[in-house]
Amino acid sequence: MAMAASNKIREPLSDKALLIVIYVVLFAVLIAVLYPLIYIVSSSFSSPQAVVAGRVWLFPVEFSLKGYTAVLQNPRIWAGYGNSIFYMGFGTLISVALTIAIAYPLSKRTFYGRTFLMYLLIATMIFSGGLIPYYLVVKNLGLIDTRWALLLPQAIAVWQVFIARTFFQETIPEELNEAAEMDGCSDLRFLRSIALPLSKPIIAVLVLMYAVTAWNAYFDALIFLKSADLYPLQLILREILIQNSVDNSMMVDVRTMEARQGMKDLLKFSLIVVSSLPVLILYPFVQKHFVKGVMIGSLKG
Amino acid sequence: MSNTTNASAAAYARIGPPGQTSRRGALRQMRRHWQLYIVIALPITYFILFKYVPILGVQIAFKDLSPKQGIWGSPWVGFKHFEEFFRHPNFWMLIKNTLFLSLYALAVGFPAPILLALMINELRNGLFKRAVQMVTYAPYFISTVVMVSMILLFLAPRIGAIDHIRTALGFESINFIGEPSLFTTIFVFSDVWQFTGYSAIIYIAALAGVNPQLYEAAKLDGASRLQKMIHIDLPSIMPIMVLLLVLNMGQLLNIGFEKVYLLQNPLNTSASEIISTYVYKVGLVQANYSFSAAVGLFNSLINLGLILLANFGARRATGTGLF
Repeated sequence: MAMAASNKIREPLSDKALLIVIYVVLFAVLIAVLYPLIYIVSSSFSSPQAVVAGRVWLFPVEFSLKGYTAVLQNPRIWAGYGNSIFYMGFGTLISVALTIAIAYPLSKRTFYGRTFLMYLLIATMIFSGGLIPYYLVVKNLGLIDTRWALLLPQAIAVWQVFIARTFFQETIPEELNEAAEMDGCSDLRFLRSIALPLSKPIIAVLVLMYAVTAWNAYFDALIFLKSADLYPLQLILREILIQNSVDNSMMVDVRTMEARQGMKDLLKFSLIVVSSLPVLILYPFVQKHFVKGVMIGSLKG
Repeated sequence: MSNTTNASAAAYARIGPPGQTSRRGALRQMRRHWQLYIVIALPITYFILFKYVPILGVQIAFKDLSPKQGIWGSPWVGFKHFEEFFRHPNFWMLIKNTLFLSLYALAVGFPAPILLALMINELRNGLFKRAVQMVTYAPYFISTVVMVSMILLFLAPRIGAIDHIRTALGFESINFIGEPSLFTTIFVFSDVWQFTGYSAIIYIAALAGVNPQLYEAAKLDGASRLQKMIHIDLPSIMPIMVLLLVLNMGQLLNIGFEKVYLLQNPLNTSASEIISTYVYKVGLVQANYSFSAAVGLFNSLINLGLILLANFGARRATGTGLF
């Protein structure tokens, strides 16, 4: 706390003790969160023998890239990767466009019906029809087993609408709009040439939030998709990582039972790293914007 | 209490200035903004199609859905499916598992980010503070599938890190994930690991907005660090705590299908079968639509009741609620 730094009055002993406890606890938290992540990465760069024998503690043991070569040789992982990139890219585009299309009008004080529409949105946060009616709607629309099933049904997140609406309300002055209107500027033109260019930060937040969600989603794919060639990466990960079905194409030059098991385990570590790569690369950038987004959404409602 | 935080929770409920527009004014406004109505038409269609039509679709819980006659044409059967569910041998097990898992998750998962935020708030701005924040919310970005496979890898007998420590200390090797009594604990604490840092962001932001004069005043009065945390920090994040608690209560029985389903195995189902996994299996895997829609509706109604109850309680206790 800045306060403590400028503190001229001698700090009581109990305060110091509390601060030390806080530092110790937070240091322990830091280690507890970091260690599993380091362990995963280190294991992925170790040899199958070291992984299966549990010799990896902190750093890679018997450095090898066998896990990665096995992962990269699997055509299904490539296909899943490609599909996920498609769902993420296209889905984010649809989501961001629709979110702005609803959040912007709702941010206008002179937009008739906005109170009613806001209640309509809030109600969907509190009550939903449940899984089966949701599934039946998608089915009746003929979206089952098509790529649209992953792009449309979850396209708008109400929370994101609130965040965007708050941003528009706070950053784009109503007076500016009125002045533009006087000069004969239409709503659409104002949105395109003034409001959107002013809203780059919120668009970045929306893109990142939707992109991460799309990359990590698996539930809709699980219930809506049947053809394996449409599967996003997460569904393929589920088969390999959780249902333990590793096909033999990944088991090159592994002969003994034990080597096989080691390879299977190693493969999982490498796959975890590979599949988290896009988000990992974006992380430093993402986290800054995420924090901003969460703060807009929470503090200014 | 600071103005920012005080206003924040209220802002959720406040939707805009009360509309005092007369009918004529309404028409004029609509004409003035006709382009915006065209822009909003598409997302509104989305909400009707994917959020409100399913709500109409809950009627199949009171019908015997036949594929030929469709949702609207199928015959009404009243509360048949509900009665069937209440008499089902697994009914109490499902209720018990769902409630236990979600209350446990709430009891541990709700205070954890508050504590973390209060502690981080005591740190001086610097490398360590930034490191703690950046590291603790990194796990939020891990997908459920990867998270579950990490849990499985860490807890696996023979190769998992936890089992290695146990065997090194001379304990017996355990198949953690096959142990029903450990299931909820694994679920709850892995969630704490993954989401505490992220959930703390809201509180950290609120704490940053606390009026510094309050601290000055407290210091002059000789308040200790702990007293400042309890009497200044805690009340200033109270509105957000209430808000999140109410929202969490509303989601109580919707507790993470994705993760529970992935963590399930034949050995632990006696503890891990919850209402949402059951709805999925009966409804979509066995295509027993009407029955599982009834189970799902029962779930939604309890959720609705809980959120109203929590909101009522919050209003009574703190004077603020979600609505």
